[in-house]
Amino acid sequence: MSDGPLFHRNRDRHPKALTPDYKTSVVRSPQKALLSMPTTLSEEAGPVFGHDIIGAHDNDLIVNYAAAGEMAIGQRIIVHGRVLDENGRGVPNALIEVWQANAGGRYRHAKEGYIAPLDPNFGGCGRTITDDQGGYSFRTIKPGAYPWPNGVNDWRPAHIHFSVFGHSFGQRLITQMYFEGDPLIPLCPIVRTITDAEAVSQLVAPLDMNNTVPMDARAYHFDIVLRGRRSTMFENRIEGN
Amino acid sequence: MQRLTHLHESPSQTAGPYVHIGCVPNFAGITDVYEADLGAAMVTDNTKGERITVTGTVFDGTGTPLRDAMMELWQADAQGLYPGRDGADPTFTGWGRTAGDAETGQWSMETVRPGPVPFTDGRMMAPHISIWLVARGINIGLQTRMYFPGDPMLGDDPWLTRIEHQNRVPTLIAQETTPGTFKFDIHLQGPDETIFFDV
Ligand SMILES: [Fe+2]
Repeated sequence: MSDGPLFHRNRDRHPKALTPDYKTSVVRSPQKALLSMPTTLSEEAGPVFGHDIIGAHDNDLIVNYAAAGEMAIGQRIIVHGRVLDENGRGVPNALIEVWQANAGGRYRHAKEGYIAPLDPNFGGCGRTITDDQGGYSFRTIKPGAYPWPNGVNDWRPAHIHFSVFGHSFGQRLITQMYFEGDPLIPLCPIVRTITDAEAVSQLVAPLDMNNTVPMDARAYHFDIVLRGRRSTMFENRIEGN
Repeated sequence: MQRLTHLHESPSQTAGPYVHIGCVPNFAGITDVYEADLGAAMVTDNTKGERITVTGTVFDGTGTPLRDAMMELWQADAQGLYPGRDGADPTFTGWGRTAGDAETGQWSMETVRPGPVPFTDGRMMAPHISIWLVARGINIGLQTRMYFPGDPMLGDDPWLTRIEHQNRVPTLIAQETTPGTFKFDIHLQGPDETIFFDV
C-alpha cells in the first residue's frame, strides 16, 4: 500500500462549481470557498477492488444486457487506453465504470424523457479493472447525441460517462469521453464548463485505426489521468509510490 | 531549461442525472447486468465494532432535496485502520455507495463507528467518515467529512482546528437522532452551507 501526499488538484483545468450556462449548477454550487487541506491517510488510502468482482461480459455493453444470441444496435466500437497518474505511471487495478445512452441517444432510466426508443438489447452500463500496466478496454456501441432541457435547443455531443477509482479516495474522478470530430463538442454547455481548451481536448478520444478490428469494430483511444503522488525522498513517510 | 514532464489530471465533468445507470444499476432498475451494486453493503455480520446507521439528505440553494445525488462514504474500521492495511478488519469494506431516494432524496448506510486515524504529523484525528458527493449540476465531486457529536476528540482535532470560521464546524457534525443513527444533512448553499474541502 502506498501512502504519500497527493498532488494538489489544479482547479484551473477543472470546471468551476458555478457555471450559469449549465443552469442546474446555479443552485447546486457551493458559494463559499473550498477549504484547502493537506491530504491525510483518509484521502491517500482508498477502497480496493479485486478482478474477481468483474463478470465475463461486464466490459462488453453490446452483449451484457442483450437477450441470449442478441446484440445491441449501433456502430460497434472498442474504447481502450490507460489509466495513468500525473507522474505518467500506469495505475493497475483501477476500477472503471461507464454508462451511456444507446445508439439513438436514449438512456435506460426512469427520469429519461427523450422520444428516441429504447433498445431492448442495450442496458448502458459496463465496468472493468485495469491490468498491471494500467490498460483497459471495453466494447460498446457509439452513443447517440441527445437533447436535454437547459437551453431550448441544447444537444449533448455523443459521450460516454466514466467513473474512475485509483488507489486513493482523493483521486476519485467522474468525467466524460467525447469523440473526435463531433461538431456538438464546442456548442455544449457542459463541455464549456471547462474553460481551458487544452483540458477539453484531454476528454476527446481520437479514432485509432491501428486497433480497429476489420469488419467488426472501430477503436477509440482514451487515456485517463488521475492525481499523482509526491515522490521525493524528503517526506516524513518514505515509501515506494 | 528542462521541462517538467508531469501529466495533467483529466478534467472532471458532471455525473449528470443518469449516474445511477453506471454506478448503482440495480438501484436504477437495470438488474440483469451486475449481481449487486458495488458499495451497497459495508459490513457483514462478523464486522467488529459499534453498528451505526448514517443517513441524510442533500439540499440545494432553494432548500429542495436533491433526488438524483450519489454519495460515497469512506472510513476506517473500528480500530482506526483503513481496509487493505495490515490488521484491518477483513470483513469491513470501508467504502459505501448510496443514492438518494427517488422521492425524498434521503440516503442511508449501515456501517460501524470508525476509530481515529492519524493526521499528517501523527496526531490523531477524531473519528470521521469522508464523503464524496456527485450529482447533476455538480461539475466536480464535492468532498466533505462527517464527524460524530459529543466525541471528546473533536476539540483538539488537527483538521477541524485548522478551520478559520469555527462557526461553520457544526456543518461537519452529524446529529444522533436515535441511539446509533446519525443524520448528516448536506447544504450546498445558504447560511448552513456545508464545509467542502479542496484536499
Ligand atoms: Fe450523458
